[in-house]
Amino acid sequence: MKIEGLPIVIDQKAKIPIYTSLRELRVNYQFGVSKIEKFFNGLREGVVYASKCRSCGETYFPPQADCTKCRSSDIEFLKLSGEAELETYTIINIKPSTFAHYKDYVVAIGRLKEGVKALAWLEVDDPSKIRIGMKLKLEAVKREPEGVYTYAFKPCGDGDA
Amino acid sequence: MLPFVSWGLFMRNVAIVGVGTSRFGVRNDVRIDELAWESVKDALNDAGIEQKDVEFCSVGTFGSFNAEILPAVLCCDYCNLRFKGTLRTEAACATGSAAFFTGFNAVASGFADIVLVLGVEKMCESPTPVAVEFIGRSANYFWEFENFGVTFPGYYALHATAYMNKYGAGEEDLARVAVKNHYYGSLNPKAHFRNRISIEEAVKSRYVAWPLKLYDCCPISDGSAAVILASEEAARKLTDTPIWVRGIGVSNDSANMSRRSGFTSLAAAVDAARKAYRMAGIDYDDPLRYVDVANVHDCFTIAEIMAYEDLNFAKRGEGYLLLREEQTYIGGKIPVNVDGGLKAKGHPLGATGVGMIAELTKQLRKQVENGRQAPIAKGNALAHNVGGTGHYCYITILSLEKPKWGG
Repeated sequence: MKIEGLPIVIDQKAKIPIYTSLRELRVNYQFGVSKIEKFFNGLREGVVYASKCRSCGETYFPPQADCTKCRSSDIEFLKLSGEAELETYTIINIKPSTFAHYKDYVVAIGRLKEGVKALAWLEVDDPSKIRIGMKLKLEAVKREPEGVYTYAFKPCGDGDA
Repeated sequence: MLPFVSWGLFMRNVAIVGVGTSRFGVRNDVRIDELAWESVKDALNDAGIEQKDVEFCSVGTFGSFNAEILPAVLCCDYCNLRFKGTLRTEAACATGSAAFFTGFNAVASGFADIVLVLGVEKMCESPTPVAVEFIGRSANYFWEFENFGVTFPGYYALHATAYMNKYGAGEEDLARVAVKNHYYGSLNPKAHFRNRISIEEAVKSRYVAWPLKLYDCCPISDGSAAVILASEEAARKLTDTPIWVRGIGVSNDSANMSRRSGFTSLAAAVDAARKAYRMAGIDYDDPLRYVDVANVHDCFTIAEIMAYEDLNFAKRGEGYLLLREEQTYIGGKIPVNVDGGLKAKGHPLGATGVGMIAELTKQLRKQVENGRQAPIAKGNALAHNVGGTGHYCYITILSLEKPKWGG
């Protein structure tokens, strides 16, 4: 029940007055990506890059432009083979407000041949066929309906999922 | 790292001399400052002090859910605590313990003799899907949320999947955590949930983030908790039963889940436990010889099971067996979350860690409600407060006995 002339409604369940703010806030944050621009351009070209320190050999995924182990910033972008093994996964049934327009999605962590791990969606038709340890492929994909490139795991091998 | 003997050279003993807790739950009857006052008033009364006696205020609030951006100033103002000095801490779900740690340091260092620690959170000011969004963003937003929308239950579900696959625990084993904590919540008048549940009800509830279901998850709650800390000299004037801080261990891990070594344990919790035990003079190989009662971070049922193992209450892969044998109920080897835990008492992020300290102080003083008082024989209690999914961890050990390291 709304009270005339006030931003207050009486909550039907709790029978208490609730004041709703008049000042709605909307924000889209901005990120500086100049140091890892090649990673994003790679996705458009169908490549998923990690970064590798030319000085000490440390590999980073997600890629980072500074090797914070040996303090060198002499890094190269390394094309990942995409070959991975499933370490663990979940299915997001109750979604955050900004993901409400997607069907339930599988979030997986896969260990890549190069030794690093990645967290990404696992695109499968039937989640009941997912098994820990199964072989996966990490690929650049276009996410709809936004139409932007990202990366995802897909099952590989005998089409077992 | 400092050798063990160094603590006493630099630090004073710190005692808890007053505690207070609001009722946890959907508290849309009050604003955040009014909610803070509920616990601050109780803590001041419990300590028998006036606001003028307080020299510093450490306030834990995660924020985002709530319109107020400066909760420390706002709540101190409402509580008539101006011209003290204050700040707000953030350590995700361990925000309250971070506030406690900050207050502890202010007293231990000699900066202040009496400090108020307040933990307060008003999560229900945001609609539930927005609250789910804020909590899900609380890791590495750019790399793991922006494109993949992992929720907080999702992060713990990644651990549940791995744990169940490796050790053979079933969904009923997870449900046993919820059944126990709802049972004790039913005995706690300040708990968000007061209903008892069965394993059958729990396993029938709907999936939130497979394999975790609704009854595997703590609620989104409002609440506040407050603790008054005092130096040894100040504490002796205020109480005959000071509760001493015997040890604190803190740690942090990678923001990205993809940079974790495994998913059946929280490495930050193991690290914090080792540090806290070391400071408290507790043997990591046999903590149950020292600890009477514990509050562990059961934001999800799997988290309580991993906590048993990370704290070495149980061997690796055997945490869920403690529940099958009811060893974490009162009467068992180690009563855990006998206030209802996050699962039933509720999890107002900033209030949770301070609430654990308030609860364990009352346990050691033998002041809790009938049916949920743990036997106190060894005189030590442990609070295990995880921030995020093992992003932060704070472990605090309280004692009836004055620590040997304090100067």
